[in-house]
Amino acid sequence: MLEVRGVVVVFGDRTVLDHVDLDVSDGEVVALQGPSGAGKSTLLRVIAGLLVPQAGTVCADGVDVTSLPPHRRGVGMVFQDEQLFPHRDVGQNVEFGLRMQHRPKPERAARVAELLELVGLPGVERRSVTSLSGGEAKRVALARSLAPAPPVLLLDEPLTGLDRELHDRLADDLARVLRATRTTALMVTHDADEAARVADRIVSLTTP
Amino acid sequence: MGRRVDRHRPALIDAPPRWLRPALLVVSVAFLALFYAWPVGTLLAQVADRSAISKVFGREALRQVVWFTCWQAVVSTAATLVVGLGPAYLLARWGFPGRRLLVAVVTVPFLLPTVVVGAAFSALLPDAWLGTASAVIIAHVFFNVAVVVRLVGTVWSQLPPDLVHAARTLGATPWQATREVTLPLLRPSITAAAMITFLFTFTSFGVVQILGGPAHATIEVEIARRATQLGDVGGAAVLSVLQLLILALLLVVAGRTRRSTEVPLRRVERLRPRTVRTRLGVTAAVVATAALMAAPLVALVTSSLRPGGQWSLTAWRTLGNDRGVRPGAALGVDPLASIATSLRFAVVATVISVVVGALASLAIAGARRRGRLLDVGVMLPLGTSAVTIGFGMLITFDHAPVDWRGAWWLVPLGHSLVAVPFVVRAVLPVLRARPEAWLDAAATLGASPLRRWWEIDVRLIRRPLVTGAGFAAAISLGEFGATTFLTRTGNETLPIAIGRLLGRAGDIPRAQASALSVVLAAVTVAVLIAVDAVGDSGRDRSGSR
Amino acid sequence: MKRSSATRSAVAVAVTLLVLTACGGSDAGDTAATGSVAPSTAAITLVTYGSFPTADTSLNAALQSFTARTGIGVTIVQAGDAGTMVSKAVLTAGNPEGDVMWGVDNTLLSRAVDGGIFEPYTSPELSAIDPGLTALVPGGEVTPVDFGDVCINFDIAWFADRGIEPPATLDDLIDPTYADLLVVENPASSSPGLAFLLATIAQYGPDGWQDYWAALRDNGVQVVDSWDSAYYEQFSGSSGKGPRPLVVSYASSPPAEVIYADPPRTDAPTASMDASCFRQVEFAGVLRGTDHEAEARLLVDFLAGAEFQQEVALNLFVWPARTDVTLPPEFTTYASVVADPLTVAPADIAANREAWVDAWTDTVLR
Repeated sequence: MLEVRGVVVVFGDRTVLDHVDLDVSDGEVVALQGPSGAGKSTLLRVIAGLLVPQAGTVCADGVDVTSLPPHRRGVGMVFQDEQLFPHRDVGQNVEFGLRMQHRPKPERAARVAELLELVGLPGVERRSVTSLSGGEAKRVALARSLAPAPPVLLLDEPLTGLDRELHDRLADDLARVLRATRTTALMVTHDADEAARVADRIVSLTTP
Repeated sequence: MGRRVDRHRPALIDAPPRWLRPALLVVSVAFLALFYAWPVGTLLAQVADRSAISKVFGREALRQVVWFTCWQAVVSTAATLVVGLGPAYLLARWGFPGRRLLVAVVTVPFLLPTVVVGAAFSALLPDAWLGTASAVIIAHVFFNVAVVVRLVGTVWSQLPPDLVHAARTLGATPWQATREVTLPLLRPSITAAAMITFLFTFTSFGVVQILGGPAHATIEVEIARRATQLGDVGGAAVLSVLQLLILALLLVVAGRTRRSTEVPLRRVERLRPRTVRTRLGVTAAVVATAALMAAPLVALVTSSLRPGGQWSLTAWRTLGNDRGVRPGAALGVDPLASIATSLRFAVVATVISVVVGALASLAIAGARRRGRLLDVGVMLPLGTSAVTIGFGMLITFDHAPVDWRGAWWLVPLGHSLVAVPFVVRAVLPVLRARPEAWLDAAATLGASPLRRWWEIDVRLIRRPLVTGAGFAAAISLGEFGATTFLTRTGNETLPIAIGRLLGRAGDIPRAQASALSVVLAAVTVAVLIAVDAVGDSGRDRSGSR
Repeated sequence: MKRSSATRSAVAVAVTLLVLTACGGSDAGDTAATGSVAPSTAAITLVTYGSFPTADTSLNAALQSFTARTGIGVTIVQAGDAGTMVSKAVLTAGNPEGDVMWGVDNTLLSRAVDGGIFEPYTSPELSAIDPGLTALVPGGEVTPVDFGDVCINFDIAWFADRGIEPPATLDDLIDPTYADLLVVENPASSSPGLAFLLATIAQYGPDGWQDYWAALRDNGVQVVDSWDSAYYEQFSGSSGKGPRPLVVSYASSPPAEVIYADPPRTDAPTASMDASCFRQVEFAGVLRGTDHEAEARLLVDFLAGAEFQQEVALNLFVWPARTDVTLPPEFTTYASVVADPLTVAPADIAANREAWVDAWTDTVLR
């Protein structure tokens, strides 16, 4: 469960988030919509711990994580432009989080295979991430974020920039995967149709 | 979307255009051949005979010198990297008032004449450390931190921060994210900085001479002793070749690392310290960096103001006008003329270095196998003893149509031989990280091969060229290396005037030497700030196009 | 916008290249022109060491008066320290960098003469020069122009404060009273360092000097690589206020300490120990292969002449070679010319220099 209370973020003299509240229940997938500049990505960064808000609290599983660093929050994130590590191959990207948890190698390999299977890319472990197509890269990014099984997953426009057919297929896959892993998820999207396909609930963020 | 990058595809779309490649190669190769290979070759042919070889290798002390040269260079390089990455991060990723000034402060030690910094250091370090290898290594670190800050910092400031954020949301601690993501992505620039630091410390002369004491000599020191004190130019030339061979061997071994990864570099906003914690952290880091790097400068200022152990402005007052010093015993230092000479040399050296360095980088990046050869070629002057280059020029450019011995520009040209490798090391990583898809994109937008190359590669290297230009100006202003052994006519540069003052007994000459060093540091800071400002405005323009 | 700025950059690069080429071309042209076309207003080049001032001193003013009188312009070329200068001259013997050289000293003289860098010339001014100095050049290759003594300097106050007599002889330096007080320069890298080594060789002979240095070593002599490290960092009598009261420096250092004192003073803080002095004599000569031999000879005459000799003391801190020059008062008050300095024949120095330095290194540093 994710609870956001009274979050305020000010950049210089611009208030980006003005006392924002948000609740996401366990296993719920919420879509976050709103016009450009409404602070959707900023809110995700606050929840992930990448940005410290001027005011407000973030609770995950009933624990106040506002002052915890990102790696101790159990909040995963799929970035808008994937941010796959260019110096590591697909398998190494996906197992990254597991290595951070010091999981043994055989377990990591099994988990990587399982997740690549789940996102529909079995057997691509040794491929270079720079050789992936747009859709493949997005699937790998999703697999990488899911691998350490974070209780909460944030997705920042995870399907932007794909063609319609691929987009729809991937949106269905995403919905399936999130349900299969029973992940609590908050997804930023511009696309009402995508929100409807993936999310249980849609929340709108307006410009303050 | 420009995502697909395949290094092994047939080069249909490529930069620079095929027909231009020879032209790019010719300029840089001709420069190296004319001003490096020819003089050095001439000198070797004239003096390096069998007796010189057997004499050099017959000496027992040789092994000791070679060993000290190697190990101190390795340790100095490692220590410089460890120490330099902190300030590199601070200055690349954080924005704060006075950032540009701090960049300059960090760079200043690198360009002060070694005599000056050596003297400042020997005043700062505990007496028991003087004459030890530790003193040499500490001074080397202090000198070369600027190389790391500038070369690594340029790339670091353009590394997408979300890569690190991704690692953090995957459970990586800050240290793990650094080790697993940042450092590997910075590796090409770290390697470049390490190579340059290694070359510098391997061929270190002034620092070793002043701080190492008589028991520690590098090959470079031994070369200078042979050539100047013993008059054994043959032995010096042989040692110079030996030095070059050892360096080449080590660099080849070091160069056998995996091919670097392409990093999608782009313009990244610097972080602003907003929270109390980051503010405190950044402030502490800024203060610590400034204090450590400025300590020797403060020592210089102090020594310029305390000639006879009491506070006095005499040294400054009499600098360039000798009233107050005994009539007839003028010290003959004209600070304004020296500054003008130094600046003139710096401008010429910078222009030559930037032009040759840019052309060489574009040629290296464009050519494949031959490019690697040129890549090694441009580094050679850095590893060649200054004595060898200087003496080589002396006996090569001595007859028409190349009778250039009295030509003033031979001095800034000598500076640029040392500076070109810096420009190339700053530019190449950026060119190599450029996705080939950008060329495809430009091609599909109707750009001709020449236009593609111009619009993408040539524009892309502007920012790193500015970094390289800063190095070139700094190198020329500090005037170390090759030019110590080039002959100078006419006005003195600041470092030469400082050197002359340091050779005199008495309170005032000593204090004036310190005062003039302060002037040199100030001039250099001003030049570097100007160069950086030019670079930033260029970046803003290209960012808005 | 894009196009015009791209074009501008291209033009800038092209212009830069042109300018660079033009610089090279015109410079070479100038040299040729002054060399051949206008001999009546010839400019000649004086090659000298780096500590020779290039402008703004009375020494330079004297050179200008030479130009005013003869129409011969003089360009000063700094060729590094004296050793570097001689090495370069030997490399370019016969096709020299300049026309006249100032500053080769007796420790380098044989190397220079054997290297054939000088065109022998007997100046009419030679008669006014100390015959003891001219005797060093029986072949007349060069003309003595100045001399200076390398001596142990001591910090007068340091010894007075402790009630200890300053050392008076080289033997005193190995006495335990003076343990850990002396700093010397490495003869492998420093010219005064070499001079002091030669002083000990002159004193104790080719068989005894190594024993002397072993004793010095056991008595705590400190070795540094350069004169300025020794004088400013280790010596207690300089503004550096180092820990050691005895240093190898010059007989002219005490007058310099007075002349350049700040605040001014009337007594010298240091003095030299006469019995330790090695005499360094500097020479000037016409470089073999000059295109301007007549003008070069005139310049040598001038350098050895009274007008220029008058200026060397305060500008180079050496004693003029001429005997008829009035010395500045500081040079008579705070220093004196040592009557019988230690010395070694230039030929012996050239023949044994490397072996002596190696042996010294083995004795003192290993």
